Amino acid sequence: MSTEAPEAPQAPEAPRRGTLTSGKGRLADPIFKWVVAACGTIVLVILALMVIRTTTEAWPVFAKEGFFGFLIGEEWTAGGSRTEITGTYGAWPFIYGTLITSVIAIAIALPLSIMVAVYLTHLAPRRIAKPLSYTVELLAAVPSVIFGLWGLHWFLPNVMRPFFEWLEGAMGWFFLFEGPVRGVGYLPAGIVLAIMILPIMTAIIREVVAVQPLEQQMAAYALGSTRWEVITKVVLPASFSGIVAAAMLGLGRALGETIAVLMLIGGSQGWGASLFGTGSSMASHIAATFGESSPETRTGLMAIGVALFLVTMIVNILARVIVWRLGQFTGDAAV
Amino acid sequence: MRNGRSKLAVLAAIPLLATACGGGGDAAGDGADGGGGGDLSAQLTGAGASFPDPLFQDWIYEYSNGVQPGVSVNYQSVGSGAGVEQFLEQTVDFGSSEEFLGEEDLAAAAEARGCEAVQFPVVFGAVVIALSNPDLDGLVLDAETLAGIYSTEITTFDDPAIAELNPDMDLPSDEIIPVHRSDSSGTTYVFSHYLTTEVESWADEYGEGKELDWADGLVGGQQNDGVAQGITQNPGGLGYVNQSFAQEADLAVAHIVNEDGTPIEPTLESTIAATGEAEIPDNFQFSIDNIGGEGYPIAGSNWIFTYTCGYDQANADAIIDFWTWALTDQGAQDLAGELGYAPLNEELTERVITELEKTNSENGGGDADADTGAEEDAEATE
Repeated sequence: MSTEAPEAPQAPEAPRRGTLTSGKGRLADPIFKWVVAACGTIVLVILALMVIRTTTEAWPVFAKEGFFGFLIGEEWTAGGSRTEITGTYGAWPFIYGTLITSVIAIAIALPLSIMVAVYLTHLAPRRIAKPLSYTVELLAAVPSVIFGLWGLHWFLPNVMRPFFEWLEGAMGWFFLFEGPVRGVGYLPAGIVLAIMILPIMTAIIREVVAVQPLEQQMAAYALGSTRWEVITKVVLPASFSGIVAAAMLGLGRALGETIAVLMLIGGSQGWGASLFGTGSSMASHIAATFGESSPETRTGLMAIGVALFLVTMIVNILARVIVWRLGQFTGDAAV
Repeated sequence: MRNGRSKLAVLAAIPLLATACGGGGDAAGDGADGGGGGDLSAQLTGAGASFPDPLFQDWIYEYSNGVQPGVSVNYQSVGSGAGVEQFLEQTVDFGSSEEFLGEEDLAAAAEARGCEAVQFPVVFGAVVIALSNPDLDGLVLDAETLAGIYSTEITTFDDPAIAELNPDMDLPSDEIIPVHRSDSSGTTYVFSHYLTTEVESWADEYGEGKELDWADGLVGGQQNDGVAQGITQNPGGLGYVNQSFAQEADLAVAHIVNEDGTPIEPTLESTIAATGEAEIPDNFQFSIDNIGGEGYPIAGSNWIFTYTCGYDQANADAIIDFWTWALTDQGAQDLAGELGYAPLNEELTERVITELEKTNSENGGGDADADTGAEEDAEATE
């Protein structure tokens, strides 16, 4: 006790120096910097490790098929060897399946999520807007396996199938809607994907639309614009970059979604142009065959993993290029 | 409904089994340990095929609740491929697969562990052709028509090839939608192996395997459930599933013409008859091919793998005791039948138990032999 007494007078000195420049504060800064830098680096390291590991494991398949041969090859016959590559590995059917389901999903979800977001921020009465936006966010919390089960057991037979049969009857001459309707296929997988990516896209677009400056909108109204004109000519163009960001996030989820697609795409190693046709996506094929795979097949699946990395990357780059180009036209400093 | 009933039956059987087998277990335990501690005590892990998983889980429940409370068995249905891998990497006590280990795998196993691996079948199962249209229950098909359907050469039910096999049936002109497993599966292997053995053009074009490069236009379903959905949601749906699953889901099934030209309904009896017809070599590397008589022609088996060395004696005893119980106890065998799996016949059971007892035999061989002898005596007296 008595030893602390002499130290007491020193205490007031600390506040005099100021908390920001105290010894502790000076140390905290670099520590914080390093911790944050380490966290940032970890992301890169993990990504690099994954790319290196999968590419190494997939190497024998690339060596046999050639990298582009693997990407555009249409035949996938898995071999059962332990030491060598005996099958034929062409990933195009799976790449096509991934792309077509994601395109369907975005084509449906993007307009829908923009409309929902605009309704929530600009049109809905407050007592409806609040619960509705909670509900949309709740949709995001539903596990994808639930979407798959619900899609397969209820939504597909009761809603989608009658619609598909009508569509096939009306548009069957068009190659995208060529019959027969088989239930599962690209279209049902894409539609359920659209429902799955809707919440995250709506949430982002809603935030972006909500923060658009009120002054501009007021000015537009003052000039005699209708509500439609304000929304389509003032609010949405200004939100363009945010909408693209939302679409990219949704697309990312759609490209990688596994279990729901697996249950609904009618997995097979073939592919076809008709949206009623069956096939597989890259992620769903890996998930479907990994459990029973031989060491050789696993090499092929690793190669699909590498291809999935690549496809995702290309899609992201394309999206950024589009934003950049359109940004020049709209005068928006996009992304 | 079926499910509920069989569950009830299982529940009702538990106390009976507990009393009936408790005594047997004790006796075997005494014999094994020479009066050391009575019951066995071990924790086993196994991994492999998903096809026998429902049965294995029921067996494990019965065994560790009624027979050997000191033994817990953890079986993970990670798939045949992963089962073989985990067995070769020695992360589990026993592996399981719907394909036997070939020479390459056996060599890899022997190299990894430093001693031979043993494999033996424990249960059989038929693969049935299920149909969406209940009016078609009992439709007769043979290997050629099945191959034609799955290679999309036969596209409607009133195709002449099918009509010829079913002269008395009023066949609809519905388009056939063939459904297959989209995941890699032992069921696909059994089905495609049958077609490969029977139909030359199938062997040339598609061959056999756990996954195939199917013809365009077929529908794939994830697991048995996905196949069932694919079948029932299409008026012309037709697909192959495990008999146990078809039985649970109450699906209409086709009768398949066997080697003797007889259309056979897939039942437990016809599957058992098939396994009796099959020639099973001493190394247990076999497929159930060219089945005639009363046997149903599309059937597969499930193998268990163990090593001949490197176990703790307690674990080895438990492995041998568990599988001996599963293969010989009447309650365990009845359980298999109820779930739609065909048990081994007596002659095969004896051979399998001899093979099973090689587990850990190169590790303190004397003790292990003493165990197995005592157990065999116990079985004989039953």
